[in-house]
Amino acid sequence: MKTGLMNSTCSSSQSVKQCPLSQNVANSERVLSLLGGGGLLLMGLRRGSGAGLLGVAAGASLLYRGWTGHCHLYEGLGINTADSQRKRPGVPAHQGSKVNSALHINRDRQEIYDFWRKLENLPQIMQHLESVTMLDEKRSEWVARAPLGKTLQWEAEIITDKPGEVIAWQSLPGSQVDTAGSVHFKDSSTGAGTEFVVSIMYNPPGGQIVTQIAHLLGQDLQAELNQDLREFKQLLEAGEIATNAIAPEPGQIQKPVMSDLKVVKS
Amino acid sequence: MRAVSWHGKEDIRVETFPDPQIVNPRDAIVKVSLTAICGSDLHLYTGRIPTMQAGDILGHEFMGEVVAVGHEVTNLKIGDRVVVPFTISCGGCYFCKHDLWSLCDNSNPNAWMVEKLYGHSPSGLFGYSHMLGGYAGGQAEYVRVPFADVGPITVPEGLSDEQVLFLSDIFPTGYMAAENCQIREGDTVAVWGCGPVGLFAIWSAYKLGAGKVIAIDRFPERLKLAREYCKAKTLNYEEVDVFTMLQELTGGRGPDSCIDAVGSEAHGTTLDAWYDLAAEKLMLETDRGHVLRQVIHSCRKGGTISIPGVYGGFLDKVPIGAAFGKGLQLRMGQTHVHRYLPRLLEFIREGELDPSFLITHRSSLEQAADMYRIFEQKQDECIKVVLQT
Ligand SMILES: [Zn+2]
Ligand SMILES: [Zn+2]
Repeated sequence: MKTGLMNSTCSSSQSVKQCPLSQNVANSERVLSLLGGGGLLLMGLRRGSGAGLLGVAAGASLLYRGWTGHCHLYEGLGINTADSQRKRPGVPAHQGSKVNSALHINRDRQEIYDFWRKLENLPQIMQHLESVTMLDEKRSEWVARAPLGKTLQWEAEIITDKPGEVIAWQSLPGSQVDTAGSVHFKDSSTGAGTEFVVSIMYNPPGGQIVTQIAHLLGQDLQAELNQDLREFKQLLEAGEIATNAIAPEPGQIQKPVMSDLKVVKS
Repeated sequence: MRAVSWHGKEDIRVETFPDPQIVNPRDAIVKVSLTAICGSDLHLYTGRIPTMQAGDILGHEFMGEVVAVGHEVTNLKIGDRVVVPFTISCGGCYFCKHDLWSLCDNSNPNAWMVEKLYGHSPSGLFGYSHMLGGYAGGQAEYVRVPFADVGPITVPEGLSDEQVLFLSDIFPTGYMAAENCQIREGDTVAVWGCGPVGLFAIWSAYKLGAGKVIAIDRFPERLKLAREYCKAKTLNYEEVDVFTMLQELTGGRGPDSCIDAVGSEAHGTTLDAWYDLAAEKLMLETDRGHVLRQVIHSCRKGGTISIPGVYGGFLDKVPIGAAFGKGLQLRMGQTHVHRYLPRLLEFIREGELDPSFLITHRSSLEQAADMYRIFEQKQDECIKVVLQT
């Protein structure tokens, strides 16, 4: 059920970054909304008939949209005209994409750390990763999915490892992709379980690859990471991933259950 | 199987769907024997709840017989008769572990949708929009029940379906509404709305020690049940001024606790009720606040307000100054059904209450569309409808 997440720039409480009430209507469109909404409202009020009332309602909603820059319909449909400049094929090199997600998992800190320390485990829970292979204790080779069945590949190195507390990694110089990630683990202040924060940064260096990486990562990465971690949490806390399906979908890969989640031994 | 489906505002159909199957290891499939239409289903019927899709199967109050279980469900076996809570809870997250079942972290596959609106997602619900999980509901011949090892309660022999069905929602909901009032022995409790939840709230308030319960509604048949079965003092808000009467009945102090068992579709005869209708048409608010405003206005200083009535979105002109100035406590939320099941089943077993007292209409599943209409228009003194499969 991941398709619905497309284009949601600010979708989850799991985002650590504070997200301002999203403007999803472009400025030019806001002005038109204000003008059109005002006109409809006035005409509707003047008529006072049934059709007039409809005009009042439509006018008011356009005014709201123009005033706040937020359209509930757009939000429902996952449209965002305000962000159109970000949809250009290409993320400026100095900008990159950085996403954060924080959540509580009602399981032991060491157990969760152990899972993440074996980076090879990550493709089981992160949908944009195809594989991670450990080359030695610190170095790893990553393969990520790109559009049109293509893949992106890079080597990374663990730069910080405090058992049970933090793991951080970074791509090696000269990689196709400039990327870094970290996970922080902490005993929950609630007295049970673990609070953890995942941060991932991708910074494509430019050139041809930029187009692909932008498509791949773009603004969906936050929503994707939130959903990945949500499902990871479900596996650990509930042993399965919640679904509203009424039957197993034929020909589709079954969602994993806890017993499928193998910790790769190094 | 046959099931009741939603196709838009006031468009309910009974259609044929594929039978549900076990998808996850903690699932069970329940063959429904009895299901009910809930007052909150009327919010779906009138098109007030967003993220419904044509063809969604309705219903969140149901019971029946277990016909299949996943391999992780060891506490239920095929043939067991069960009542199923309308809230779906995993049993393993922080909220389930803290007895806050309707706030489960893991049961809403569409959590991202509701997080946009609420910040965090409550639990998934049966048959109650995609925002709240998109689960197929229980007004059907069969239902897939996720996390069946923590939700359903098995029904002892000797009790009829009608006696236990309401454990799925309205009985625990009324009980939690009263519990949220933090009633002390002899307190006066006022209950707005004598629908099924309001009636159970009245009964529960007395059970928890209230000295006097005052019930407010406009339908004579509901007021009669509140008076005669639940022993409340009743007020018809179309005939008397509610605030004045409540002050008279409490020596000018106001009720110690007030329960808003009406929620977002409040009707009223006062100026602010008309304001709500206009504001709603102008899309300035999604819920009507008329009853809640009156509740805050009427409650005694330092009193408690309990809200089991469903609100969904935004409310305009909430008198927060009055609530603050009077030092009120507000308690609300979807029912933690799992928390109350054993206790309430015990009340029924011991004969302290027969919840079937409020059933006015019985029909077959095939008649569902008519029943929704009758219930919504309060025709034929309709209070509660149950559907037999
Ligand atoms: Zn209900
Ligand atoms: Zn839970």
